[in-house]
Amino acid sequence: MGLKRKSTDLRKRMRDALKGGGDKAIERQKAIGKLTARERIVALLDPKSFHEYDLFVEHAAKDFDMNKKYLPGDGVITGTGLLSGNPVCIYAQDFTVAGGSLGWMHAKKITKIMDHALKLKVPIIGINDSGGARIQEGVNSLAGYGEIFFRNTLSSGVIPQISVILGPCAGGAVYSPALTDFVFVVDKISKMFITGPEVIKTVLGEEISMEALGGARVHCEITGNAHFYAESEMECFEQIKKLASFIPWNNSQKAKSFPKKSPKTRHYKIENIMPSDPKQPYDVRDVIRSISDDSDFLEVMELFAQNIVIGFARMNGNTVGFVANQPMVLAGVLDVDSSDKAARFIRYCDAFSIPLVTLVDLPGYLPGIDQEHAGVIRHGAKLLYAYSEATVPKITLIMRKAYGGGYIAMCSHHLRADFVFAWPMAEIAVMGPEGAANIIFRKEIMAAEDPEKLRKQKVQEYKDKFANPYVAAAYGYVDAVIEPEETRKMITHALEISGQKSINLPAKKHGVPPF
Amino acid sequence: MDKEKKKQRLSSIIVDGGKYMTTLSEKYKNRKPYEEDDPKKVKAFIPGIIAEIMTKPGKNVKEGDVLLILEAMKMRNNVVAPCDGKVSKVLVSLGQLVSKGILIVEME
Repeated sequence: MGLKRKSTDLRKRMRDALKGGGDKAIERQKAIGKLTARERIVALLDPKSFHEYDLFVEHAAKDFDMNKKYLPGDGVITGTGLLSGNPVCIYAQDFTVAGGSLGWMHAKKITKIMDHALKLKVPIIGINDSGGARIQEGVNSLAGYGEIFFRNTLSSGVIPQISVILGPCAGGAVYSPALTDFVFVVDKISKMFITGPEVIKTVLGEEISMEALGGARVHCEITGNAHFYAESEMECFEQIKKLASFIPWNNSQKAKSFPKKSPKTRHYKIENIMPSDPKQPYDVRDVIRSISDDSDFLEVMELFAQNIVIGFARMNGNTVGFVANQPMVLAGVLDVDSSDKAARFIRYCDAFSIPLVTLVDLPGYLPGIDQEHAGVIRHGAKLLYAYSEATVPKITLIMRKAYGGGYIAMCSHHLRADFVFAWPMAEIAVMGPEGAANIIFRKEIMAAEDPEKLRKQKVQEYKDKFANPYVAAAYGYVDAVIEPEETRKMITHALEISGQKSINLPAKKHGVPPF
Repeated sequence: MDKEKKKQRLSSIIVDGGKYMTTLSEKYKNRKPYEEDDPKKVKAFIPGIIAEIMTKPGKNVKEGDVLLILEAMKMRNNVVAPCDGKVSKVLVSLGQLVSKGILIVEME
């Protein structure tokens, strides 16, 4: 065979493999608003930057007549490319080929590209669209999942891992996304669950749709498994690109710097955002926007545990991670979900050298039997652990209330914040004035002729004396009491001078966080 | 956008005696009220099928007596009397699918 004929042969082989599951399967995929696996990669990555490998990998199944079947690429596409000009490793499961089911060689392709990503220190993006384990391959498909989970764990904190759920992701398969840093879902397309509606129906007799059980909204609002919610695949890809602009490519790099920009102060001005009554709420995201470059804030887990806000923004051109109590929802209390949400984000930022800016305004922990029984103690402890362990620059701003355990947990000096600022209206105290006065003056109030009058008087006395930032400032727990309009200036300065911060924690194999 | 926010109906939440105006999350609104455990009420500890019923109303039982068999996760699970007493109600029938936490037997 001459070179020319060899080339023709190669092109034929490629054509066959590139057809995926064939026209009919592709039609079915499109009918429900889904792109094909290759289209997805092309849509996400920079034009013409994608290079595919392992196109000719074939499955290794022998039983159930599988040896007679040809599954192009074994149902998964792997390769490398550029995302906004930067290198990434990527894989996309191809639902048109045997339902994207995961067999041994399919998993081998994924683990191979994951190994590359870890070696090359570039992010790994996984597009999930799979019916689950390839049952015909038995224990080998389980082995495949296990090998993926293992690599997800090893890569954690070294390279960014992004999971995009664009189809079903069921059974054991869900644990790969769960181990990665960011999970993207799309309405009506993403479906994640351990046991599907059919099993639930047989075992429980309960009927539930896939969407209601494990659709995109469910995972964004209720379970907290997903971080970004989109209405369409294209919107989802835009979100990924946006996220990628904020994060470093591995744990030995810093996030890319951008030219610094002023906040859009015409829209976001602190004095217009803050209500005069300290018991009235406001949207803390507006405060974040009022001090961030170009007022550009990328919120993470926007729909889950909305009483705390987390996300990325830039200050003077550099990425910062914001953690902020949200007075607009549940008065910004800490609870099981918000502690979980913030703790994981703090660990992400710390792993990838992203400075943390914490905005504090909370009355304390959410009271309730359900919270206590749901383990608010051990979940709340995650937040303390994450902040204490974080060695990135930590800047804290106490805006209004910082009471009790909430004060400690929200990156106080005691957890080694580098700088703690407070606005003049900040109230830093062991608890709210009402609660404190009731305890300290209980006997006097009970003995009084008019207990209600005395209670009010005592609350006022307590407020006058302690509901301010100056008691904490007198002990050095607040470094500076600042005017709200100075906030951006103070924080950017604090971040700038913290650029070379270096701390060595006690040597250990690893800690034992309250997972 | 600002107008929309102002339209939002605010609720209040009380923490340590302080009353704060805010909005409530769906999860918070849907939280289940606490119910104290009643030892006389036997509930399904796992979702499954009632495979066998060995008791009936009026029967005296001793703590640990098997009341019925709840088949779940391919296992036949004994559901036993939590205390000595008399069975007052059997609220399930043979072959019935039960969810976790559902009341199956009441004792007096």
